[in-house]
Amino acid sequence: MNYKKILQKYRKDRTRLIEILKEIQATEGYIPEKGILSVADELGLSRAEVEGVISFYHFLSARPLGKYVIYLNNSITAEMAGREKVARAWEQEAGCSFGQTSADGLFTLLETSCIGMNDQEPAALINRVVFTRLNPEKVSQLAGWMREGRAVEDMVEETGDGANNHQLVRAMVRNNIRKTGPVVFGDYSAGQAIRKALETTPEGIIDEVKKANLLGRGGAGFPTGLKWEFCRKEKGEQRFVICNADEGEPGTFKDRVILTERPEMVFEGMAIAGYAVGARLGILYLRHEYSYLRRYLEHVLQKMREQGWLGQNIAGRGFAFDIEIKMGAGAYVCGEESALIESAEGKRGEPRDRPPFPVQKGYLNLPSTVNNVETLATATQIIVHGANWFRSMGTPVSTGTKLLSVSGDCQKPGIYEVEYGLTIKELLEMVGAEDTLAVQVGGPSGNCISEAGFGRKICFSDLPTGGSIIIFNRSRDLFAVVRNFLDFFIEESCGWCVPCRAGNVLLKKKFEKIASGLGTVQDLKEIEAWGKIIKSTSRCGLGQTSPNPVLTTLSNFREVYESRVSKEADFIPEFDLNRAVAEACAITGRKFQEEQEHA
Amino acid sequence: MPDKIKFTIDGKDCQADPGMTIYEAARASGIYIPVLCHFEGLKPVGSCRICSVRVNGRWMASCTQPVTPGMVIENTSPEVEEHRRAIIEMLFVEGNHFCPACEKSGNCELQALAYRYQIMVPQFPYLFPKKDIEAFPKFLLEHNRCVQCQRCIRAIQTPDGKKIFAMKNRSGRVRINVDRKLAASLSDEEARKAMDICPVGAILKKEVGFRVPIGQRRYDKKPIGSEIEEKR
Ligand SMILES: Cc1cc2nc3c(=O)[nH]c(=O)nc-3n(C[C@H](O)[C@H](O)[C@H](O)COP(=O)(O)O)c2cc1C
Ligand code: SF4
Repeated sequence: MNYKKILQKYRKDRTRLIEILKEIQATEGYIPEKGILSVADELGLSRAEVEGVISFYHFLSARPLGKYVIYLNNSITAEMAGREKVARAWEQEAGCSFGQTSADGLFTLLETSCIGMNDQEPAALINRVVFTRLNPEKVSQLAGWMREGRAVEDMVEETGDGANNHQLVRAMVRNNIRKTGPVVFGDYSAGQAIRKALETTPEGIIDEVKKANLLGRGGAGFPTGLKWEFCRKEKGEQRFVICNADEGEPGTFKDRVILTERPEMVFEGMAIAGYAVGARLGILYLRHEYSYLRRYLEHVLQKMREQGWLGQNIAGRGFAFDIEIKMGAGAYVCGEESALIESAEGKRGEPRDRPPFPVQKGYLNLPSTVNNVETLATATQIIVHGANWFRSMGTPVSTGTKLLSVSGDCQKPGIYEVEYGLTIKELLEMVGAEDTLAVQVGGPSGNCISEAGFGRKICFSDLPTGGSIIIFNRSRDLFAVVRNFLDFFIEESCGWCVPCRAGNVLLKKKFEKIASGLGTVQDLKEIEAWGKIIKSTSRCGLGQTSPNPVLTTLSNFREVYESRVSKEADFIPEFDLNRAVAEACAITGRKFQEEQEHA
Repeated sequence: MPDKIKFTIDGKDCQADPGMTIYEAARASGIYIPVLCHFEGLKPVGSCRICSVRVNGRWMASCTQPVTPGMVIENTSPEVEEHRRAIIEMLFVEGNHFCPACEKSGNCELQALAYRYQIMVPQFPYLFPKKDIEAFPKFLLEHNRCVQCQRCIRAIQTPDGKKIFAMKNRSGRVRINVDRKLAASLSDEEARKAMDICPVGAILKKEVGFRVPIGQRRYDKKPIGSEIEEKR
């Protein structure tokens, strides 16, 4: 294998390390030692550093993998949709367990965090191709084809709706757009917004976006106009617009649908942002799980260049702006804006300390604005239709509409464009949810709402959400939900800081103690206190929200916890001796005797 | 000379030069904020979080946060101290720290912090992780004791800026990964520096051991932080 050639293709650019490694893996199936040494040598890095990058990302591997790598999603909705049976079917077909490669080298079975298909679970990536709605029969069909050596792309029998059917996509993914609204799914013709924007000044654009009171749709809700203004005012020989398409919060998939159906609107928003902040380059940071959209998005970009909406002389007005796509490699934390920038620079996706903020020192330490996919699409429509139009929707503070990704126990999971201010109750009716026990608003890092809170509103001042809504009906075990979410954070912690790295493991241990019936009232107090310590002292948003699954269920479903703990005992050890020796007792036919009986 | 920044720590009026972090500013005022990952002269990384303080109600790591005018900093309130104690305890249960058998005992900053915080038994269950020891020509790397402070990563690099020590993996699986080839070219002096900069007993220079007798070790007579507090 000629590593030099790949390295030359990327001009030995250290910021392209992840792309280089991905290309090696795409041809060789993994990144062999020789490749690591060659890359390290040519890029002036140590071997340890390259290994550090590879080992950070879920989809990079320094170990040989099977010809077909099955990454089975492990989100909670996958569990609810029968993931366990699908997993067992894969194990049976492959003859190995998850985490292993089959003896014949044909299959590798791996788990993976939410791949953005929560409304069509159980889903998996096989190599880079998405397979949705799996069941044991489909698994055995797929495995049969694999034994015949069929290409993964040729295993997709039926493609989804809309652009999922585009010849450059050909994915079985479905959009499931259940409710369109006037903004993201409203009237739109490409090019109108950027043409209009270029007729105003950059300051004028920022003012309009400020007047619309557009708040970031990625979760944190920072005012977009203000962010652009900060970025514009910062000194720097160059500035960047970064579109955050990492969409890793379990249960959200609206950015996927926007990029499938409204890519021009997003790219136009990036160009508008570029004009506003004074940037010439935009970067779309696309999560690895959405690799299947890449060729299509490149094609859309090319079309936009040809039409003059991107490139050297946009709309004939002398403004130059172009967009390139950078791929992620599997890490939830890379959705955090500073970790995203590190990753875009080809490093481990570890968050940075702030200050300096990305608008001050972002990509390549130059001023950068990082915005969510939906934020940028929305900005495009604000420029076309005006701030007043936008403010006429939603609530006074939370203006406009929001795309919700709804999954879980309801008749119509999918995408809903709704005005801010919608109550949970209204939402549940809209999606056909019955007998609802809990609604997870904002994904695992958000809030788990009980019936008492169904009158609450989806908006920044009450229940903010990046878009993830997961519904659980009364047949569900809340503890299974919390367990799944805690495992997610433990796995996705970048490992940099102590409270998140170690604290979450300890929190989960305490949670399991309570779940198994060995908890006391004191344990409930401790788990709450530990959760607060992790939230307060963690370094980034991941750790600062990671105890939320426990803390929000503890406050909204206290009775569920109380029913599991002993009210009388002050202390019960975590270790249950009787349970530990039960099997041995059964085998030997002897009974375990309590210590005092010996005396 | 630009104006001094005025702020308070636990109600005490303090002053700092612009650009100083909270930790540096406190230190200059003779106030000790405990740190573990931070080391004078290295770029702070805010990984251990032991230096957490509460500023106007918000939690911040004092080693990375610049002081700004008017900050009201809580450093020794019971809540701040409880949080720190918890983090120190997390470090003890996350690794395998058998102090009596450790060469760094008495010179170990983690141990010294535990003494300062009078930790007898951690509130957390021990995780007893399986970790290993790696040997290199000039030093040993005892992963059981490593606290991922990243001091070695920052301090020991090749003259052309290559990392000899680097982070590997993520989540609870993170570990320090040593570049064998580069590590083989370390001088005795560099290996000594690596051992000295390690706050715990994870990096140990080969062929010397237990140099300092009990009674003369760094923290035998005075608790950690007293060197700063004496200057007040
Ligand atoms: C752990 C973590 C994951 C995140 N993931 C995403 C993401 O996938 N997409 C996103 O737009 N923002 C994500 N964010 C928020 C970003 O840091 C950032 O606030 C956002 O991209 C800014 O864009 P906006 O202002 O348009 O919302 C994440 C934050 C954290 C802490
Ligand atoms: S909070 Fe978690 S994800 Fe964020 S820096 Fe700390 S360890 Fe990494």
